[in-house]
Amino acid sequence: MSASRYGMVIDTNTCVGCAACVIGCKTENDTPEEYSRDWIYTLLQGEYPNVRMAIESQRCNHCDSAPCVEVCPTGASHYGPGGTVQLNPDKCSGCKACIAACPYGARYIDPGSGAADKCTFCMHRIENGIPTTSCQEICPTQSIYFGDLDDPESEVSRLLATREWYVLKPEAGTKPKHFYLR
Amino acid sequence: MNEITSTRHNHLIDPTMHVWGWEIPLYLFLGGLVAGIMIFTGIRMLRRKEEEASMALALLPWTAPIAISVGMFFLWLDLEHPFNAWRFYLAFKMTSPMSWGAWILLGIYPVSVLLAWITTPEALKAPIRDRLNGISLFRRIEAWSEENVRLLGSLNIGMGAALGIYTGVLLGTMAARPLWNSALLGPLFLVSGLSTGAAFMLLFGLTDRERVFLGKADMGLIAAELAILSLWIIGLATGGSPSQGALYMIFGGPYTAAFWTLVVALGLLAPLFGEWFELKHGAVPGKGTAILVLLGGFALRWILVFAGQATGWVTEIVMR
Repeated sequence: MSASRYGMVIDTNTCVGCAACVIGCKTENDTPEEYSRDWIYTLLQGEYPNVRMAIESQRCNHCDSAPCVEVCPTGASHYGPGGTVQLNPDKCSGCKACIAACPYGARYIDPGSGAADKCTFCMHRIENGIPTTSCQEICPTQSIYFGDLDDPESEVSRLLATREWYVLKPEAGTKPKHFYLR
Repeated sequence: MNEITSTRHNHLIDPTMHVWGWEIPLYLFLGGLVAGIMIFTGIRMLRRKEEEASMALALLPWTAPIAISVGMFFLWLDLEHPFNAWRFYLAFKMTSPMSWGAWILLGIYPVSVLLAWITTPEALKAPIRDRLNGISLFRRIEAWSEENVRLLGSLNIGMGAALGIYTGVLLGTMAARPLWNSALLGPLFLVSGLSTGAAFMLLFGLTDRERVFLGKADMGLIAAELAILSLWIIGLATGGSPSQGALYMIFGGPYTAAFWTLVVALGLLAPLFGEWFELKHGAVPGKGTAILVLLGGFALRWILVFAGQATGWVTEIVMR
């Protein structure tokens, strides 16, 4: 599978916040203990019985205009396949400018390598013929969708064309490719 | 009730981002100091007042390459993958202030060392020159430096200004940290660096004439710094909600007391008044006010680095 513009869509109506995506990612990507590339955000508003809740499975937004790539002095942070934001740990000096520049808190320093690390949209799977990310595959309510935003026939494109959606902190000007369905 | 819970607890990221520790404000302080020293010693080259210079002024240019080396060591200590530091010099990234900075730092060395060499008194230089004279490249570089004193002065002013400005731009270009995200941080750090550079030079045995020049210059610089700080605050106060939220850090938030006492009162207003008082009563600017300026310059960077990291885009609690 090769696409011109990869994106992810999360259906907040069906997501129950079980954090299986968090565990799936940890297992697949073998992230260090106490570090996560994705996480669950729960927003609660109101007083009982007038209460509303929103649940978001969050990760790197793979921005089209990524501040982490712009500030990286060595080229370690770069745009990869399908416009994703990727990291080459061999080039990373661990200066942490990318972490400071990310408005989403998506990055951390891998305590083993000393290099920055974050969600890759499971490019090691996608680029090798496995069509799903690990968080998507494990999601028990099938709330995570992944595909080519430039292909109007893709599931993500159809969902974004037919449902109401939002992105996180659009005012930050980063043009995220990670969407939430209302 | 508005409540946010998150399963994320990544080290240095949560609950608020705090990736840069004490090393960075120390480096920014030393970088500003070096910028100031380079610009003032560069100006001296243009003014050609060689004969009147004190021994201290003649030797002070050496503190630029020394202090920048100390600063770069702190910067290196902050790296999480320090043995990849050489990667900075395999790339030039136009959009990365840190990349600009890495190359500027490299340019600081030749121009500051050459200026220091030609201002060093002959008696001190002679034994070293005797050893190096066998190297034709050394003789050619020295001859070139002696012939191009004014150009060397201008290069020191230019590189010093680049260094001073970049240390502010480094923070100012980060949209994710609203307290920093101001184009005024570049000029603020440059002016503050010039002020701390002048103050540092005043700690040494300069002549009265040199002290008066630096003291008068410092008064102007402190006034300019107060003006830029005011504009920076006005910019944040009249900005959007992230800017206003960031301003809380020094208006009621955890850094309020430190900012207004250490930076504004003790670091700017007190030395401004002190220098004015000294000059008005015919005294030469002393070391007391200089120490206050240095402490204020350090406090400014310390507070900005730590407070800025804790600011971010206000998480909207309203339902999405």
